[in-house]
Amino acid sequence: MENFTPVSALVGGAIIGGAASLLLLLNGRVAGISGILGGLLTPVRGDIFWRLAFLAGLVIGAFVWTLAVPSAPLTLEAGLPLLIVGGFLTGLGARLGGGCASGHGVCGLGRISKRSIVATLTFMLTCGITVYAIRHGIGG
Amino acid sequence: MTSNATARTLAALACGTLFGFGLAIAQMTNPAKVLAFFDVAAIPSGGWDPSLALVLGGAVAVTLIAFWLIPAPGRKPLLDTGFHLPAKTAIDTPLIAGSAIYGIGWGLVGFCVGPSIAAIGFGDTRVLIFVAAMVAGAWASKGIGRLIAPPASDK
Repeated sequence: MENFTPVSALVGGAIIGGAASLLLLLNGRVAGISGILGGLLTPVRGDIFWRLAFLAGLVIGAFVWTLAVPSAPLTLEAGLPLLIVGGFLTGLGARLGGGCASGHGVCGLGRISKRSIVATLTFMLTCGITVYAIRHGIGG
Repeated sequence: MTSNATARTLAALACGTLFGFGLAIAQMTNPAKVLAFFDVAAIPSGGWDPSLALVLGGAVAVTLIAFWLIPAPGRKPLLDTGFHLPAKTAIDTPLIAGSAIYGIGWGLVGFCVGPSIAAIGFGDTRVLIFVAAMVAGAWASKGIGRLIAPPASDK
């Protein structure tokens, strides 16, 4: 487990959980990012700017980290076709399933929602199977 | 915008920034890091990276307390008149099918929704391609959702 980074994982995770908790405390919203994005695709007056601001914040937060740690890695193994198919399925599935790793995972598990527990187990399982198929199944 | 709407927008900006910062610290913005967690077949060889479990565990440890303490009856969020919590409780076909599809997309690339948007901050154009395809998929979900589970009445 040479690449295991327990400290940054726990610290980063706690910051993520703290950010989601703050959004609940201040705006009364669940920090489900596919839901925040989805709300922009069927825009409702008065319900747009906070969504744009949150998504812009995600980019800013990661950008600030790259300033602090210029060597922070972003390694994409997927080529262009896989990027497009994977992106499409990620957006489609997250909206159909009513949430993603942030909405069902970080927030839904925190709410002890049965729907979110089922969703999280389901996408963790299919993600694992997909990774196995790519790395060890198809031509592996 | 009313002053409270402005305050909510600023609060969302701050929360999003903190969230993106946390994702980057935890390296969830790095698809290789995410895929290394899901590659459980690498456990025997010692190549497995359990970090993602600690990211999720660390986050949920905090949100468990927040969702337990904050939305108590009679309480309001500081900047809004009420909480906007999901009302659905049914474990239905869209939930299972959507989550299964989402997991496949996640496994193909190693990006999920939030981290891919945050990763735009790394300045790699391939991330923009992924995010554009993801937005297209989210857009398409409305039509496909009706095929899987036709709603009683279209809104």
